[in-house]
Amino acid sequence: MALLEVRDLTVTFQRKGSAPFNAVDGVSFDVDPGQTVGLVGESGCGKSVTSLAIMGLLPKRGNRVGGTVSYEGTDLLTLSDRQMRDRRGRDLGMVFQDPLSSLNPVIPIGIQVTEVLERHRGMARKKAMVEAAGLLDKVGIPDPTRRLTEYPHQLSGGMRQRALIAIALAVQPRLLIADEPTTALDVTIQAQILALLKELVTDSGTALIMITHDLGVVAGLCDEVNVLYAGRVVEKAERHELFAQPRHPYTHGLLASIPRLDGARGERLNPIRGSVSDNIPWDTGCAFAPRCPNALEVCTQVTPPQEDIGGGRLLRCHNPVRPGTPAVEEVSV
Amino acid sequence: MLRFIVRRLLQAIPTLLILSVLVFAWLRSLPGGPAGALLGDKATPEKIEALNKVLGLDQPLYLQYFKFLGRVLTGDFGNSLISGESVLTEIGRALPATIELSITALFFAVALGIPLGYLAASNKGRFLDNFTVIGTLVGVAVPVFFLGILLKIVFAQNLGWFAPSSRQSADIDATRVTGFATLDGLLTGEFDATLDALWHLVLPAVALATIPLAIIVRITRASVLDVLNEDFVRTANAKGLTGQVVRRRHVLRNALLPVSTTIGLQTGLLLGGAVLTEKVFVWGGIGSLLAQGIERRDYPRLQALILLGAAVYVLVNLLVDISYALIDPRVRA
Ligand SMILES: Nc1ncnc2c1ncn2[C@@H]1O[C@H](COP(=O)(O)OP(=O)(O)O)[C@@H](O)[C@H]1O
Ligand SMILES: [Mg+2]
Repeated sequence: MALLEVRDLTVTFQRKGSAPFNAVDGVSFDVDPGQTVGLVGESGCGKSVTSLAIMGLLPKRGNRVGGTVSYEGTDLLTLSDRQMRDRRGRDLGMVFQDPLSSLNPVIPIGIQVTEVLERHRGMARKKAMVEAAGLLDKVGIPDPTRRLTEYPHQLSGGMRQRALIAIALAVQPRLLIADEPTTALDVTIQAQILALLKELVTDSGTALIMITHDLGVVAGLCDEVNVLYAGRVVEKAERHELFAQPRHPYTHGLLASIPRLDGARGERLNPIRGSVSDNIPWDTGCAFAPRCPNALEVCTQVTPPQEDIGGGRLLRCHNPVRPGTPAVEEVSV
Repeated sequence: MLRFIVRRLLQAIPTLLILSVLVFAWLRSLPGGPAGALLGDKATPEKIEALNKVLGLDQPLYLQYFKFLGRVLTGDFGNSLISGESVLTEIGRALPATIELSITALFFAVALGIPLGYLAASNKGRFLDNFTVIGTLVGVAVPVFFLGILLKIVFAQNLGWFAPSSRQSADIDATRVTGFATLDGLLTGEFDATLDALWHLVLPAVALATIPLAIIVRITRASVLDVLNEDFVRTANAKGLTGQVVRRRHVLRNALLPVSTTIGLQTGLLLGGAVLTEKVFVWGGIGSLLAQGIERRDYPRLQALILLGAAVYVLVNLLVDISYALIDPRVRA
């Protein structure tokens, strides 16, 4: 059985004076123990909202969450605030995008690590401090005992993200959600953090939901990838298959816009034309149609259904990219 | 920390010096002078000139100033032109009454204001919040003088719950130790004196506390709302910490930073309000010294009072900065 089963997850934001809006629209995916699942898509496609909905961290008011999120058979969405607090940090850990703002500026790092241990393991502060030093050491923070007494502003960006990873993994949750954990970091540090995450989840058998707008991150980390567009999964595939043969024009475009190390200097990347503001609502057709190089008339008239195209792949497209089309040459700018 | 304090105290010296010049010049630019006020009906130009000579007021202004400054540096602020007593002795006698009133008011304002502001913020947009926000608007707008008289009429004269004026009932024969009426009773075991002092203290303290209370509620509310949106609060919730730990350790501590600054800036307002409140409740503290001093153009007394007020302001704000540094490690560096 899957560790986490997300079924038809829908998050609707209701703002006074404007129509309800589905930031996440019927998203389904499974995460098996020890598996790394990617959620990929441009900014605003609903990745963070999906993860916050799973964690039960959406604002209390102004939204409605539908569908189910079963963790080992329990639907997390039906749990009370109290029960969810018992699970967060213990069963599910989360690492956020901006390590500086995600740490409390006025509390020493040590306390920010130990409070999880105190909360979920019932450890005393002293014992927890020893454990915390071990955790910082494990995530590659040098001189951990001294770092425990320091404040977030005294650490570098990479160190802060390491500390947050240590916090998220302190109680050894079976599932870790990482929401763009490297986006706010320097490129050289990004690789280190990804390597660290990979090592930690592999060693401990932790399942990982890796959220990113960067397919490059997916390439190094994920077993399975869900490509999100405007709140819906438009393509799902095992990682190698996705890279070898993207079927959705959006995935195809994302792949074409990855900077390549072997590319000539100054070579132009191929960004997907237009922006999310060009989207049309899903219920009138395919949200991506206005930006899609493959768009047909039907794309703006009929919502494409999600289809199983074999090999464990799912696709939501009226006119997919033909197998064998090379990524770089095809996409027009 | 010590260096920080010493530096701040040294920085205060030029401020106080400049202020002393301004006060000195300003007082002497007021129409009329102490000689006229002292002589009253019997004032003739000749008599005024003669008295000015005795008081040393016929000398050039800059000479008067340097003489004054020289004496102040040795701790001598001169004698009151009204009572002939050393102004420091006068002030020392009146000060406990004013401090007792101000501190009680500040205590009310802080002890009620912070929880109320927090409560309003965590119920944003609901009845309690709207009610509080409107309440604080009224609170800031009501003049101290008016509120004092209103409280006095309703709660002292009509209901008789509290004393209408003065610090102590005439039939209470309290022993004076510190000059703080409530404290003296406790120190000497004359508990009826303490109760009597409290009975007198409530109304003026409430009147004086109203504006700072309203301001503290508003600042706390705004500050808590800001902090609730911070990423580190989301991290704290993602750790599964209990609501209480999140509120106390993560929200409140950060939210108090702007509040503490506000409290410091309130000191000036509080001192001004104290003078008015003392007038309404015939409190007999610094307020009456000041009022009488202005009426009679008592230069030495007024100079000492204004400089004292400024020094208190500087000191309180130093205390605020110290507490700020204690809460926020980023400013300690
Ligand atoms: N609290 C909120 N209230 C209203 N709309 C929101 C809220 N949070 C996110 N959204 C909207 O939901 C959509 C998806 O956001 P998000 O999940 O943060 O995107 P991303 O994929 O970049 O993480 C965006 O259009 C965003 O504006
Ligand atoms: Mg996001």
